[in-house]
Amino acid sequence: MIALAALVVAGCSGGSGGTAAKDQGDIVVGSVLDQTGPLNIYGKAMTDATNLAIKDINDSGGLLGRKLKLVSYDAQSANDKYTQYANQLAVQDHAVVIMGGITSASREAIRPIMDRNRVLYFYNEQYEGGVCDKNVFNTGVVPSQQLATLIPWAIKNLGPKLYVLAADYNYGHISADWVKKYAGQSGGQVIGTDFIPLDVSEFGSTINKLQGARPDAVVSLLVGGNHIAFYRQFASAGLGTSMKIVSPTLGLGNEQVVLSPRESKDIVVAYPYFQELDNPENQQFVQRWHAAYGDDYPYVTDSAATVWEGWHLWAEAVKKAGTTQRDKVIEALESGLTFAGPEGTVKLDGPSHHLVHAVHLARTNDQKGFTIIGSQEAVPPSYEQSTCDLIKNPNTNQQFTPAA
Amino acid sequence: MHPDQLASLALTLLTTVALLVVISVGLAVIFGMMRIINLAHGEFLMLGAFATLSGVRAGLSLWLAMPVAALVVGAFGLVVERLLIRRLYGRLADTMLATWGLSLILVQAVVLLYGPATNGIPTPLSSFELGRYSVSEYSLVLIGAGLLLPTLVWLVLTRTRYGVMARAATQLPEMAAAVGVNTSRMNMWSFAFGSALAGAGGALLAPLAGVVPSMGQAYIARAFMTVIVGGPQVITGTVAASGVLGGIEHAVSYLTTPFLGQGALLFAAVVLLRVLPRGLTGRRR
Repeated sequence: MIALAALVVAGCSGGSGGTAAKDQGDIVVGSVLDQTGPLNIYGKAMTDATNLAIKDINDSGGLLGRKLKLVSYDAQSANDKYTQYANQLAVQDHAVVIMGGITSASREAIRPIMDRNRVLYFYNEQYEGGVCDKNVFNTGVVPSQQLATLIPWAIKNLGPKLYVLAADYNYGHISADWVKKYAGQSGGQVIGTDFIPLDVSEFGSTINKLQGARPDAVVSLLVGGNHIAFYRQFASAGLGTSMKIVSPTLGLGNEQVVLSPRESKDIVVAYPYFQELDNPENQQFVQRWHAAYGDDYPYVTDSAATVWEGWHLWAEAVKKAGTTQRDKVIEALESGLTFAGPEGTVKLDGPSHHLVHAVHLARTNDQKGFTIIGSQEAVPPSYEQSTCDLIKNPNTNQQFTPAA
Repeated sequence: MHPDQLASLALTLLTTVALLVVISVGLAVIFGMMRIINLAHGEFLMLGAFATLSGVRAGLSLWLAMPVAALVVGAFGLVVERLLIRRLYGRLADTMLATWGLSLILVQAVVLLYGPATNGIPTPLSSFELGRYSVSEYSLVLIGAGLLLPTLVWLVLTRTRYGVMARAATQLPEMAAAVGVNTSRMNMWSFAFGSALAGAGGALLAPLAGVVPSMGQAYIARAFMTVIVGGPQVITGTVAASGVLGGIEHAVSYLTTPFLGQGALLFAAVVLLRVLPRGLTGRRR
């Protein structure tokens, strides 16, 4: 009834579509992301990246001599909408590949639908790691790349006592276990952990607790529009002088744009991509982005770059396989593909279905962006590599998590 | 517990309570007094926040933008009453459906107008030291508003000619009409008054949280809970219920987790209504 199902059609107007067009006409591809609601802070840039990537592939001749036709849906920050639209994309629209899902809860809601319908699925977002499923490719950065960099940095530079604030769903819980593990390995200690439901936007009691516990650093695994209030209330209570924040999520939702520079001061994050990265591919990428969406676009996020990489890696695999047929494309994706994207060249690790990423540490600056303070090239998804080999064991289908 | 810890804890507890008062006081007038189940109350709060945002972007100071936002939402409420609510007095289920529909329309309209992105107004003022603790000065503003708004409602409803007639128009409409009160006009003003209070609540929330079209959903359940637990004496009831529910939520959040804090609030509301079905200020039967 309130269906906001924005049907975005990119590419040429080829009249076909539907079931008949199996081998001619446009190639139907699907996307489902949160364009509205509290999770749209991530979904906006990811949707823009999706449209730009499809346009880019079509502008350079499409795939196999055919154009891509994107069918995209707005899941409105609701997991039930995700399952509805994922089913629709698989069963009605006959998409050959579906990309989407933002929270790990939404991914786990639609992953079984893709598996059941045997539709190739890409999850293009930073997450808690460990998904091992022949049908799924995860292009986002994982804890063995991101937290393994950020937590030791925090312990070395800020102090050993960490306090974890985590969104209260699978992402936050599993990531909190990772923080504990990496803190232990670097001689630090997690002195408190609070899980915050996604609809909470008052942090008075949390701020009391932080002041009582006096950690050296707060590890923020907070997610979504409501949780932005934490940074605001943290700054407004004047806590920034006695403890610092590090976060593997701040910035993905352009929190540093919504907050004033005073409120987002001195927060340290780690991602493969920042808009400020100084390399020719990125300059071209940002230029193209601004040409499409205006020079006043707030900030191109890591999630946007991840989506861009997801679509292009799939396109490369289709070219290599010479077909959009799922098993052939998976085989091509597992063959060690690389792609020169805005973060530099990424390599798809075949056995684990994850990416080898560069990881940069950066600090919020007063221009509502980030200043890079350290970089590591080619960080492998080591945990996923150690637990998951889908070439040897193609029937594995589970998410590995650290034993806490 | 050290005295500074206790003082800072007490202040944040009062802030939580004040926040409940601020988000509920408009509903106390519209639902508590007029018996209109306004399911768009959360969206009225959201409109107040967006009106404040627009004011600040247009160059107003925040302190001026807030009362302006309240007036804007009040005017909007007046229009809604004339076009929609006026036709639905006494029809409970229809009002619920109509205001629910209105809430959906409002969210989508704001998405179209402002875009779906989260906007923000930085929290004004700074912080002050309390021993080893520091507290946001804006929380004092909230606590002040939590006292001021109910006082204002009390004064308007008991000390003005409008207030007496408005209460008569909702409590005994036939009798009020018989002695010459224009009940339709009174209801219009009451609904606008309640809307303006909701707008003020949204305006006060704006610098605390993200300003986003969907923000109303986060508050509406708690606002209804507070007013219902408060019972028939709308002002004292709302303040008392805010104190009890907010106090429980804050204490449990602090001692355990915010998740259990929310759960405790709901649990307390259920138990209170089981023991006192007419609310905290209802007469025992």
